[in-house]
Amino acid sequence: MEHLELFLKSIFIDNMVFATFLGMCSYLAVSKKVSTAVGLGAAVIFVLAVTVPVNWLLDQYILQPGALKWLGEDYAAYDLSFLSFILFIATIATMVQLVEIVVEKFSPSLYNSLGIFLPLIAVNCAILGGSLFMQSREIPTIGLATVYGIGSGIGWFLAILAIAAIREKIRYSNVPPALRGLGITFIITGLMAIGFMSFGGMLTGGDDEAKKEEKTASVKEETRSNDQVALNAAETAKEELANNTNN
Amino acid sequence: MGLLSKKDAKLITDPLADNNPITIQVLGICSALAITAQLKASIVMAISVMAVLGIGNVVISLMRNIIPSKIRIIVQLVVVAALVIIVDQVLKAFSYELSKTLSVFVGLIITNCIIMGRFEAFALGNGPWKSFLDGIGNAAGYGLILVIVGFFRELLGSGTLLGFKVLGDPIEKTGLYAIGYENNGFMLLSPMALIVVGIIIWVQRSRNKALIEDH
Repeated sequence: MEHLELFLKSIFIDNMVFATFLGMCSYLAVSKKVSTAVGLGAAVIFVLAVTVPVNWLLDQYILQPGALKWLGEDYAAYDLSFLSFILFIATIATMVQLVEIVVEKFSPSLYNSLGIFLPLIAVNCAILGGSLFMQSREIPTIGLATVYGIGSGIGWFLAILAIAAIREKIRYSNVPPALRGLGITFIITGLMAIGFMSFGGMLTGGDDEAKKEEKTASVKEETRSNDQVALNAAETAKEELANNTNN
Repeated sequence: MGLLSKKDAKLITDPLADNNPITIQVLGICSALAITAQLKASIVMAISVMAVLGIGNVVISLMRNIIPSKIRIIVQLVVVAALVIIVDQVLKAFSYELSKTLSVFVGLIITNCIIMGRFEAFALGNGPWKSFLDGIGNAAGYGLILVIVGFFRELLGSGTLLGFKVLGDPIEKTGLYAIGYENNGFMLLSPMALIVVGIIIWVQRSRNKALIEDH
């Protein structure tokens, strides 16, 4: 249950693109055609699913304050968390390289479709962002970390797929010249992000609300303070809608 | 401009408008949008990126002849990561509250595309002084957009600038609020950052027709 909840939460509520704006650069640059967008999206899911659990292990056994206890009591006092950026990015760069080699060896056809995107991914903010959020939200087990990685990857995939499809269609629309290309993409993404905000209430309804609140309290604290504002806005919007339909 | 030749000055002024990293080159959007709900956070972010990009460009430019091209991405990432750790520790030491607001986004300067983009496109092929100017110029162009977005979002969203209540007090109904003005809470939500940037692009391209894309 916990896994499913985190999975849905990371796809819809904390969507990488629409809620936290991660991976925007490649999202904007590679979304002109659906086929390339699918390739990059698949590569992102793959790399996130690998790097988040690996970085979780690094975080638990090397970086956290007191994580070096397994080496002996003398090491328990060390706090290496300031090294996390450099260690995470090194893991990501090597994992991407490793994935590239493995994929090339075992599935040349997959390599041909994903290969060109893999180097791009090492510098995709969504990948590092996944690991950093995993750290700051203190995800408790490696299973949940894997689920979080896959979920955020799928969220990113959905986002780039949607915008690529819209951009293919919008070519036939009469957009004001100065907004063509980048400008309209920004505005559409903004509108889609507003749409995704309505998922915000998805996991807070029901009878066991109070219990869940408790469980996710620590997670929530770390997320943007915007969350509450977003929820309030969503609620008022709902009320207004209800009023309108009544009238 | 006694200090800078015309060419050097262009390195700084170009990215401010016609070659702006955010609105024209489409780089560095990831970290730019999420933190612009407050003007103060935007300014701090802009200064952090300027420090990292200025110093990083010089370091990469000095090492450009000894980096094997195959592993240059990893070398670049390590240089940026080291600089970002310094920035992060400085922020934590001197302004802990703000570093909490920026949360993971300071770390995400590492994968900010502006930084990798300028390393690849400029620092690997030019001398240290020019690279330094290029870094400062691009970071300034990035910061400019950040500050504009932050200005409008904070002013319209919470009626304050840098925390000062410039429009009066919403609770005691002074200033503009006395005549029925309300804050637009929507501006504080993250999607509005995208739309504000979209409008900036619209204004910029309407003024300079040469920048218009054909789809």
